[in-house]
Amino acid sequence: MNLSAYLPTRLAALVRKEIRQMVRDRSNLAVGLLLPFALILLFGYGLSFDVTNAPVAVVMEDRSPTAREAVSGLEGSGYLSPLAASSMAEAEAMMRAGRVNGIVRVPADFSRLAASGGAPIQLVLNGVDSTTASTMEGYVTGALASAGLRRADRQGGKSAAAPGAVVLEQRMWFNEAGVSTWYLVPGLLALVMTLIGAFLTSLLVAREWERGTLESLFVTPVRPIEIVIAKLVPYFVIGAIDLALCLLAARFLFQVPMRGSLSVIIGTSLLYLLVSLALGLMISGVTRNQFQASQLALLASFMPALMLSGFVFDLRNMPVVVQVVSQVLPATHYMGMIKTLFLAGDNAAMVLKNSAILLGYAVVLIYGCARSLRKRLE
Amino acid sequence: MSVPEATVVARSLRKEFATAPEGTMVAVHDMTMTFRRGELTALVGPDGAGKTTLIRMIAGLLRPDGGSLQVLGLDVVAQPQAVQDRISYMPQRFGLYEDLSVQENLELYADLHGVPQDVRRERFGRMLEMTDLTRFTARPAGKLSGGMKQKLGLACTLVRSPDLLLLDEPSVGVDPLSRRDLWKIVQQLVDDEHLSVIVSTAYMDEAQRCAQVLVLHEGRLLYEGTPEALRRQAQGLTFTAEPASDEAPRNLQARLLDARELIVDAVPKAGQVRYIVRPEAIGGPASLNTLLGDTPHQKRPEDLEDAFMLMLHRQQARAESDKGTAAVASKVDVRPDDSPAGDKPVIVVRDLVRKFGDFTAVASTSFDVARGEIFGLLGPNGAGKTTTFRMLCGLLPATSGHLEVAGVDLRTARAQARARIGYVAQKFALYGNLSVRENLEFFGAAYGLRGRALKQRVQASMQEFRLDGAAASGQLPGGYKQRLAMAAGLIHQPEILFLDEPTSGIDPLARRSFWRIITALAQSGVTVVITTHFMEEAEYCDRIAIQDAGRVLALGTPLEVREQAGGDQSFDMSDAFIAIVEQAREHEDARKVAA
Repeated sequence: MNLSAYLPTRLAALVRKEIRQMVRDRSNLAVGLLLPFALILLFGYGLSFDVTNAPVAVVMEDRSPTAREAVSGLEGSGYLSPLAASSMAEAEAMMRAGRVNGIVRVPADFSRLAASGGAPIQLVLNGVDSTTASTMEGYVTGALASAGLRRADRQGGKSAAAPGAVVLEQRMWFNEAGVSTWYLVPGLLALVMTLIGAFLTSLLVAREWERGTLESLFVTPVRPIEIVIAKLVPYFVIGAIDLALCLLAARFLFQVPMRGSLSVIIGTSLLYLLVSLALGLMISGVTRNQFQASQLALLASFMPALMLSGFVFDLRNMPVVVQVVSQVLPATHYMGMIKTLFLAGDNAAMVLKNSAILLGYAVVLIYGCARSLRKRLE
Repeated sequence: MSVPEATVVARSLRKEFATAPEGTMVAVHDMTMTFRRGELTALVGPDGAGKTTLIRMIAGLLRPDGGSLQVLGLDVVAQPQAVQDRISYMPQRFGLYEDLSVQENLELYADLHGVPQDVRRERFGRMLEMTDLTRFTARPAGKLSGGMKQKLGLACTLVRSPDLLLLDEPSVGVDPLSRRDLWKIVQQLVDDEHLSVIVSTAYMDEAQRCAQVLVLHEGRLLYEGTPEALRRQAQGLTFTAEPASDEAPRNLQARLLDARELIVDAVPKAGQVRYIVRPEAIGGPASLNTLLGDTPHQKRPEDLEDAFMLMLHRQQARAESDKGTAAVASKVDVRPDDSPAGDKPVIVVRDLVRKFGDFTAVASTSFDVARGEIFGLLGPNGAGKTTTFRMLCGLLPATSGHLEVAGVDLRTARAQARARIGYVAQKFALYGNLSVRENLEFFGAAYGLRGRALKQRVQASMQEFRLDGAAASGQLPGGYKQRLAMAAGLIHQPEILFLDEPTSGIDPLARRSFWRIITALAQSGVTVVITTHFMEEAEYCDRIAIQDAGRVLALGTPLEVREQAGGDQSFDMSDAFIAIVEQAREHEDARKVAA
């Protein structure tokens, strides 16, 4: 590749140097290319909030056909696997032993009360894992309701619901089945871009400070912005490769729909990649110490992107202070945008607004990098 | 006669640094000076003199806190980039990209300086030839030896002919062979291209080669002029004394050095002692004669080093009438000799070998060290000094051979041997955020001292080495830090003391007082094994071994080694060293060709 044909001599020389250093430093390259792969597999397959075949103890204190019918819906569900328990005491023992995650109890007077309308069924859930518990609550309610509907059908569709009762028909938009990989994988894109960007570049300038190479470089006609650009270029390429990996995995491995246009997804992702590369580079230039820089990069970019950007946890449920912090993070703006682009489709207003914010960050951070490399040893 | 144009003009130049926790340290005190075009100018001074700070300000890397600084007619504060476009600068630790090859490093700097392709080819060829790196163009810079790295750094700095060349201690930590090569290159460029060069150095023989010398000390300019004029300041004050045949030169030197009211400085050299007499003592020679007794002595021509020492002493006397910097106790408290006396050597090394994989770091080495002897290990970087040293201290097991220290076989009883040896590492292993007393207490306890015994030893060491117990170790100046390291190594009163490059990075005065302590230790029966890259320090040793590429090339008294090198009395240790290493390498090359 003849860089000199496209770039001014000094910049070409610096870019060539950075590429050589990157390619020869195997460990850095391995982090750049293998870590995203590991993250995709880990988050794609390992992290899921879906509940399947959750064991539930069923205690039938009333063994009448009416009662059996009422809980028959549990059998057919792919999400639950009912286990019969002879008494409430036994069911509780199973729950304590961790063999079941919930107990469905049909009381002895179920048929009698059912006849007069309004028979209660008790549901006890293991609240240790509240996410699973609330998901199961939904499944159990759904399964019981479906049995009720079937019965109503048979009785001619009139008498099931008392006159005036409301029947709620639920529908989830954008992620109809509520599959968690659908919203985790687009967020994973944000995580990978953050990690690659900030973590890899955080070492670059600090290493030159530590090895004393910057002092020699400073006293040449080189301009600080040239050093910054030269350091961004090769890692931008690595980031773009990672982006392609993530998109392919999302489409073909996890079958996540891409309802927005691919070019907008790629464009905004590359913009975010630039922001995160510049953030890492600036941390590196300010700390001038590889150890500190990598610690700080992890704390200032990856951790907040994981926890505060809306990757998993809904920001609106967080305290105001945390919400303010999350709005300061570039990751939050990218996260919201990329999830919308994947699952809901193009939303011009949102894309423009968030892209503008990211562009602002990119400009400020690159300027900051150049400032941190202004030729002073103090 | 045309007046040479100035490359650098400084007026009342000042630079301060903030020091923790509060306060400032003035690195450069209102310096006014002029550097001339087309000349080689030396900045001479001990560590902490302000040489690096001054060079960095000239390079536009530090902003002065006062005064003005013009470089090549430009105000460097206002236009640093314009200056940087025209100068070349080689920092003390030149930043080579270790994962790039020799050729790639050269090309990078040529591109950055915009050297045209056709000029480049000729220039590279010349630089590679001068640095003798032509064979290694494809080798990664990280895989070069220390001296080769330094030469490549110089080549990268000189990919084009700059309007001003700044070299910051180019020869520090470089062995004499590489040092000579570096200077040859610089000298040649000055002759051929009328290069303007500013070079900082701690070596007087390097300053001697320059047209102009500026002496700096603790941020002040002490002298500006030709080296000849500087040298003449010591005229008539320099003498040589011949020790009696039964007296070691270093003992005579110690005697002279202790007479501070008469003698400025004394160093052993080539079996004799060179000393400088105080100007006021010349008039009243009565006490001088008492001191020397019937020791034969004669006048000798003065050299630059003499004038420099004289100047430093004067400056120091003015600065601190008596903080005890130079005077350290000449008696050291040593554990009474409880081991059986006799001529049995305390260190016996037979056919010692150490391999790292395929690489032989130390090849079949044998020597003995007698009680109370000062034994020096000398060699270029990578010669195997440190490896030998670590095996002697029991820090590294030997691959094969016999090793006995203090009568104990190191292969079987390492812990037992360790209690009887003291070790001062190259990078002093002190805890910077502990006080002097806490450091000493820690090291004492680590060697098994407790309670009252520990307290007494700590108190005694602080007195011997004139250390302030409450001072924070990290804030001590270089010479004091080094003294503290010695005190820590001696806290358990070992029979044998190992010192690894103890004098690198400390100023000549501190080095003098350091060797005064070593002399005292040897007099009281402690055996000292020391490595150093200051060749003149070999003169203090009873015997030295010169190592290269893992093999011992010469072993004997400094006089014997000098004879082996084929030199006479005028031959200094550095010349002898170069001659011996070169002879051995030629021999090796011839053997390879034959095979």
